[in-house]
Amino acid sequence: MNPVDTLFIIISAAMVLLMTPALSLFYGGLVRAKSILNTMMMSLVALGLVGLLWSLIGFSLAFAPGSVAIGGLDHFLLKGLDGAVREGTTIPSLLFFAYQGTFAIITAALISGAIVERMRFSAYLGFLGLWTLVVYSPVAHWVWGGGWMHKLGILDFAGGTVVHITAGTAAWVAATMVGPRENHGRQAFLPHNVPMMLTGAALLWFGWIGFNGGSALAVNTTAVRATVNTMLAPAAAIMTWMVLDYWRFGRATAVGAGTAMVVGLVAITPGCGFVSPIAAIMIGALTAIPCQYAIHYRARTRLDDSLDVLAAHGTGGVVGAMLTGVFTTEAWGGPAGLLDGNVQQFLMQGVGVVATVAWTALATWGILTLMRAITPLRVSARAEASGVDVGEHGEEGYTDGEGAILVLATPQGLVSATTTYPTPISESAS
Amino acid sequence: MKLVVAIIRPERLSTVLEALYRADVRGLTVSKVQGHGGETEHVETYRGTTVKVDLAPKVRLEIGVSESYVQATIDAIVAGARTGDVGDGKIFVMPVERIVRIRTGEVDTAAVTPVD
Repeated sequence: MNPVDTLFIIISAAMVLLMTPALSLFYGGLVRAKSILNTMMMSLVALGLVGLLWSLIGFSLAFAPGSVAIGGLDHFLLKGLDGAVREGTTIPSLLFFAYQGTFAIITAALISGAIVERMRFSAYLGFLGLWTLVVYSPVAHWVWGGGWMHKLGILDFAGGTVVHITAGTAAWVAATMVGPRENHGRQAFLPHNVPMMLTGAALLWFGWIGFNGGSALAVNTTAVRATVNTMLAPAAAIMTWMVLDYWRFGRATAVGAGTAMVVGLVAITPGCGFVSPIAAIMIGALTAIPCQYAIHYRARTRLDDSLDVLAAHGTGGVVGAMLTGVFTTEAWGGPAGLLDGNVQQFLMQGVGVVATVAWTALATWGILTLMRAITPLRVSARAEASGVDVGEHGEEGYTDGEGAILVLATPQGLVSATTTYPTPISESAS
Repeated sequence: MKLVVAIIRPERLSTVLEALYRADVRGLTVSKVQGHGGETEHVETYRGTTVKVDLAPKVRLEIGVSESYVQATIDAIVAGARTGDVGDGKIFVMPVERIVRIRTGEVDTAAVTPVD
């Protein structure tokens, strides 16, 4: 065990773990006030549910030795994970498990942006658990656990394919199957707290340094490269997005800048360890363009991928994966890419994208079809109208307590804490 | 001249505004209010504190109209706000003594936007 590398990954794991609460702020700010708690809970619950499933079997299916398609059961219930160094790294296998778990958690949480304000919480929990085991674990195995994509040399440094293409594709299928919100296309659904969304975006960027830099799994020049690239790509994406905003609409928007930040981060994730800082700037700038068009186009369609997981993470993930094949270069630690004349690598990236989209779409459809057979996916129209916070959780994000009467739970049911109304002030004074 | 006051569900506001617009009713005031009709209250729990919430968020519309627009206004509100469940709201129509348009000094029927 290398103590410096181990310390670095402990810190990185904490940073990536913070990304899920950050995402809950990002998503929470973008929905209407009556849905904020449900939206934040859908991210936060992944910390619990996916964290546990990861220790039960998820990690084993992704990272235990197995076939090219899926890992084995060697690490079922954390078996064999201890302070001994994981093969191919210089850090304890137990830490590697925790660090990878933070990735599984945020990937699952990302999907929730597609189905906010209308999905039943219990159905969401079932979906999330199955999805982690059926989609995330195998795809992580393909790329990082010694699976077929790894063997073919398909590049995904920190999870553009494993995290963002899977989440984006699943979001697309889930939004279609759960269906649009009531009045979608007739009524504007505006963000209720943009400062909260921007705070979330800023924290995501912070956490992403641990996501990309930490993916080097050691303190070395690759980690430095990934960190620098993670700083530069979003910078380029923000500026490109703002120029597009000015050019198309005459004003730079805050929600646009926050979105661009995430898009730039998504774009550089697969290539951050293989490309030069100049290439990172190009990747951030080039990815911002299709993503902005995708978001504006999506808003005019029937697809209620409410918080644009497909347009931001799906599009950004695909474009980032392809551009990784363009810009990767031996001088910066990767294999030769398209610019060095290696067409093969570029085409391989395309194979990875197509396979991931196909498997994710099919499996997500299967899981939701199964869930729909067991339980309704949507809340009632009435609960949707009054808000999923009250309907699903019995809480409100913003309430002053006016009109709330304290009640006590008794074996006979709920009874009012005061049996009679208080005496009027005028009488008690006399 | 009448003042039409309607209490409706917040989530039906855009549908009601759309219906009013189609009925050529222009000029109205909207406020967020809390109220209680016959609908069932709901229960919320915060860290062991359980409360029954009697007041539901509602939207209140105030529309000053001339006589010939009263029925059209009512019809539009009903069409836009009705869901069939308890809690759809109420419409109150009340007589108005005098109306003044501040900008021009026009009074009464001339002062309400939908003029005959």
